[in-house]
Amino acid sequence: MKKVIMGNHAVSYGVRASEVKVISAYPITPQTHVVELLSEMCANGEIDAKFIKVESEHSAMAACVGASAAGSRAFTATSAQGLLLMHEMLHWAVGARLPIVLANINRAVGPPWSIWTDQNDSLSQRDVGWLQIYCESNQETQDTVPQAFKIAEELQMPVMLVMDAFFLSHTYEIVDMIEKEQVREFLPPYKPDIKIDTADQHSFGNLAGPDHYMELRYMIQKAMDRGLDVIKRVDSEFEEMFGRGYGLIEPYRCDDAETILVTSGTVASTTRVVIDELRDEGVRVGSLKIRVFRPFPIEDVFEVLSKAKKVAVIDRNISFGAHGIFYQEIKSALYGRTDIPIIGYIAGLGGRDITPKVIREIADKAIGDEQPERYINWIGVKI
Amino acid sequence: MFDYLQYVRQENFPHIWCSGCGDGIVLKALIRSMDKLGLSQDETVMVSGIGCSSRTPGYVDINTLHTTHGRALAFATGVKIANPDLNVIVVTGDGDATAIGGNHFIHAARRNIDLTVLLYNNYIYGMTGGQCSPTTPRGAYASTAQHGNLEPPFNISGLAIAAGASFVARGDVYNVKKLETLIGKALQKKGFSLVEVVSPCPTAFGRRNRMARPVKMMEQLRDTVVSVEKWEKMTDEERKGKFRTGILKDIEKPEFTAEYAKLIEKMRPEE
Repeated sequence: MKKVIMGNHAVSYGVRASEVKVISAYPITPQTHVVELLSEMCANGEIDAKFIKVESEHSAMAACVGASAAGSRAFTATSAQGLLLMHEMLHWAVGARLPIVLANINRAVGPPWSIWTDQNDSLSQRDVGWLQIYCESNQETQDTVPQAFKIAEELQMPVMLVMDAFFLSHTYEIVDMIEKEQVREFLPPYKPDIKIDTADQHSFGNLAGPDHYMELRYMIQKAMDRGLDVIKRVDSEFEEMFGRGYGLIEPYRCDDAETILVTSGTVASTTRVVIDELRDEGVRVGSLKIRVFRPFPIEDVFEVLSKAKKVAVIDRNISFGAHGIFYQEIKSALYGRTDIPIIGYIAGLGGRDITPKVIREIADKAIGDEQPERYINWIGVKI
Repeated sequence: MFDYLQYVRQENFPHIWCSGCGDGIVLKALIRSMDKLGLSQDETVMVSGIGCSSRTPGYVDINTLHTTHGRALAFATGVKIANPDLNVIVVTGDGDATAIGGNHFIHAARRNIDLTVLLYNNYIYGMTGGQCSPTTPRGAYASTAQHGNLEPPFNISGLAIAAGASFVARGDVYNVKKLETLIGKALQKKGFSLVEVVSPCPTAFGRRNRMARPVKMMEQLRDTVVSVEKWEKMTDEERKGKFRTGILKDIEKPEFTAEYAKLIEKMRPEE
């Protein structure tokens, strides 16, 4: 069945179809719709889940950690400051190897206060060890929720699903709805090997001395290493069942492209429009959407980009004192294997619209003979 | 007629509060209290967290600091300790101060630091659209309590008293003159002083609880508020469904920044 739903609700319906057992959340704009609809679904029996109204995001993730350790499929959603407040607990979920799924609606971080989109909230959590998947449409968002649980439960690692505030979270699109009866076949009920169980007791979160700590960290990295294959396999299983797959990355008209624009989130859709325009003009350009950011799909990215003559990365984020964060990742993925120029562009911070015109400007600069500043080029700054 | 203009940032109007919201009434009462006491606009700081109430500093032409959710009291503690000569007012709400910032609330009260806290209690998260807060009454409806709230609420004034505040008062936006008096007393008090202001939210609370009309919420305030003096003479039966307003606690006890100054003096090496 197809329905017109908002991006936030696409997350909620994905959670409903995934038969989550515990939802714990704290309100924050622009995420609130996600959990509001879920609380309604819990209240009217559409989901057999318990909804915990906690007193902060830190507690929201702590409650998910508890629920997941007790053997339940657990979910929460948040944005910006909420995600940052969760930071300690994000580390905890990874270290405890709990397959929690979190939806983060990308919102700029204050001060100054902003409720509009950019990626600095989720990307500042880059190194905590959560898998991160950036969604582009409501359909992809809904479909990614059960995928995320399946990936998480197989790897025993938490997964963060990420989407742009307003441009996606509040936009209504047609979505082919997935239902739990069908999804159950794809994502069977969660059965952990170890859980908090009075009949089979274990100690959780205990002290690990220097003799053991490093091995546990090594195992987390091993899980991440396996992650790319697991994500690919889960995605193709999903595609087999539902007819829709998304991949780790999504190249668009890249085969003979001389210049490739690297994007993520909703910017990817706008960029494709510009690519078509430029192709009509005979310019050999393509675009590459990065869907899976952690683990970073180095080989897949290299495969596509190494054929180009120039790479331009559009970052809706900034690592102050360094560069755009996707730019850094791309540069490190290609390091030592090719000498094509990689140029970084910062655009759209704090919700400033990245229109086709903006992308056109970036493309023109990148394609042009003029040698731009390699690492960091700010687009549209009024200073 | 009282001229509010010298105290507000006109460029930030119109304000964002909904029709029927009580927050503007508190703002005006606060401005009149400040004026009556002759508080210097340059030496007064207003700190807020997140929520509808926390938008207040945007409208007042004093030194203002709009901070993160729940942490206004922690920021304000820093401001006051750095410069104890400043008048520091904290504007917060039931969600901001008693959920995410609950810890800061009880510890600021325990420490008895000289802050004046105006806590707008509207029983709901208004800004995000009506989720349960720690003061949502049992059985009341919210977007996250579709069949009525299961959890018992905090008594905010009671919490502050128990935690050690030296001045605690409760007012409401129907009895505005009384509210102004209570805010004035709180501003003058040396120590942690709280004014819990009961303020209606017709949009997020009223609509879900058969009080969609702002007038109805005001009438309900009128009919349920009892002065502390009257409250003392009422039986338990008569107190049902009512709440008291007025000064609930007013004692003298050592104030944190003053004690800190004394300690510094004491530890100063002799010449």
